[in-house]
Amino acid sequence: MSDIAINCEGICKQYRIGERESYRALRDVITDAIKSPFRRLRQAPNGSESNGNGKPTVWALQDVSFEVKQGEVLGIIGRNGAGKSTLLKILSRITEPTRGYAEINGRVGSLLEVGTGFHPELTGRENIFLNGAILSMKKAEIARKFDEIVAFAEVEKFIDTPVKRYSSGMYVRLAFAVAAHMETEILLVDEVLAVGDAHFQKKCLGKMGDVAKHGRTVLFVSHTMPSIQRLCSRCVLLKHGQLAFDGEVDQVIEDYVSQQVLSEFVADPNPIGPAITRAAVTWSEGTGICVDVAFSSTFPLQPPMLGLVLYDPLGAPVFGTNGRFDSQTNLPESMAEGTIKVRIHTASLRSDTYYISLWLGDHHQDYVHLDKALRVEVGVGVAAWQPPRSEIGSVFLPTKWSYCQE
Amino acid sequence: MTVTSALQPNGTDVEHVGPVLRIKPSRGWVSLRLGELWEYRELLYFLARRDVTVRYKQTGLGVAWAVLQPLLGMLVFTIFFGRLAKVPSDGIPYPLFSYSALLAWQLFAYSITESSNSVVGNERLITKVYFPRLVIPMASILAGLVDFAIAFVLVIAMMAYYGVHPGWAILSLPLFILFELATALGVGLWLSALNVQYRDVRYTVPFIVQFWMFASPVVYSSTLVPVRWRPLYGLNPMAGVVEGFRWALLGKPPAPGAMFAVSSVVVAALLVSGLYYYRRMEKNFADVV
Repeated sequence: MSDIAINCEGICKQYRIGERESYRALRDVITDAIKSPFRRLRQAPNGSESNGNGKPTVWALQDVSFEVKQGEVLGIIGRNGAGKSTLLKILSRITEPTRGYAEINGRVGSLLEVGTGFHPELTGRENIFLNGAILSMKKAEIARKFDEIVAFAEVEKFIDTPVKRYSSGMYVRLAFAVAAHMETEILLVDEVLAVGDAHFQKKCLGKMGDVAKHGRTVLFVSHTMPSIQRLCSRCVLLKHGQLAFDGEVDQVIEDYVSQQVLSEFVADPNPIGPAITRAAVTWSEGTGICVDVAFSSTFPLQPPMLGLVLYDPLGAPVFGTNGRFDSQTNLPESMAEGTIKVRIHTASLRSDTYYISLWLGDHHQDYVHLDKALRVEVGVGVAAWQPPRSEIGSVFLPTKWSYCQE
Repeated sequence: MTVTSALQPNGTDVEHVGPVLRIKPSRGWVSLRLGELWEYRELLYFLARRDVTVRYKQTGLGVAWAVLQPLLGMLVFTIFFGRLAKVPSDGIPYPLFSYSALLAWQLFAYSITESSNSVVGNERLITKVYFPRLVIPMASILAGLVDFAIAFVLVIAMMAYYGVHPGWAILSLPLFILFELATALGVGLWLSALNVQYRDVRYTVPFIVQFWMFASPVVYSSTLVPVRWRPLYGLNPMAGVVEGFRWALLGKPPAPGAMFAVSSVVVAALLVSGLYYYRRMEKNFADVV
């Protein structure tokens, strides 16, 4: 018996662009056939390039190969559209690879979302059995774990109430509880930890940690770097459908966050005045962000002055700075075209999405204002469960604690 | 690399090499994998149960629907076809004649209506979890059996009222029910897979159901069809099913022999082709649904 749980060899997956909307009306097929009955015949010999019917295609995965050992917890990270979910879908047999193959040694359970197949009209009890069966658990197995599942979800009192009467928190707790009690050797998990309130998220992470410790193989897709760091022993980074990095968790995460353009704004120059032509936020050494602003102007700015304000997701300003009052060295006297870089240390910000507004001007006035033009996710390394911002604010200042016993 | 070769001793294209599962692109016609379907029989049960429970919980009349539909159909047919048009009913009281056929017909109509939309309707399941996709149309057909059982109680009451005693033929009823389910599954597999590609299929289903009913001996008797044309009439498998139901329950008209034989061949062809077509199309379900 080999100690390899999953072996992927050159997996490729091609999608037609817009395929998910591509179902056609039978009417179209019939009218097409009447309009050009011979087109299909004519196209047949050389129709391979554009997938037969001229639709553009995109490779969601290209030549992805890796191995996962038994008992290994592998994190999969990458930007949206990098192919993470497609990979999990192929490994869980929801969709087929276009090329390549994967070999799986052991029973696979996949958790691409919590509560798949939950029906609002059914009671908690009925949904546990239905959802369990969908996750390929046996009826006897579900019955055996029933009390444990209900206790984990903390819904004892409402177990015979239709789940449509549940609060959304109860609903996801129950859904996660069923999934958490799957006993497959291999578990494929996609971002399902982001459910419930802070207390339950902690419980979910704890449960995932238990799963990992019991020698089961786990593939874990997530955007939450702290969870990846906590749970995984190895990590792969997907970029544009290709395996870009495979190795130690910390190394891969660092590689990922340092190269990421988090948000970008591009515009044409203004023919009658100053304009911001490009603005981008990137990660800077894992502890901060860097705002790059390129500008061009029909007259020189004396000197070019940039202002920026960072807002929390509710639109409240968190922090702002401006070349006019932030002391700067080597400030140029005059410039008509160039780039201004601002590095901001964000380790004190709690993890969340922030928005940045920009102003461009000279010593006397502002000419350009871009309202919330950039968006940035901040907070690598900060635990995800915290009291809400409305209670403790956006800033996380460094603290030192001490206790004195009288 | 040594590990890879250990996993695939012959480098063959088999699905399972020992306990190892191989995931690879499938080509052409694929195996039905009925063994795997059997492993998932509990899912089939829970999905069918979900369909039944939800339907009865969501409708105001609930269980009454199962009886009302064939009952109202019977009333209308009895008034217009039985009384006014005086359609011959092989010496059976017309209400009983039409209800026994409607009993069979409702099961079929329900099954193909529900199953044709089943794959699209269960989009969430298909895009998020793996299981043998055949379970979905099968579950929606099995759910129809509950309505059937309820409507069946009424036919017994009617037989008692009209003093019709069932003979030995009634023992063959399960056979006709199975035959009907096979027909519905054959049609349902084709329609549900086609409906994923072409969403207007489901708009044609009500039309198909209506058209098919008048092409089947529901309001009239197949004895109206000249004897030499009956095998041809049997090309409609529901003709064999409906007459089979009447014969099993009421003992009249005589057993649909030749017609039923032809129907059997048609059903077998429909079912097998439906299964293979569905299996062939299902690999794209998650991408297209």
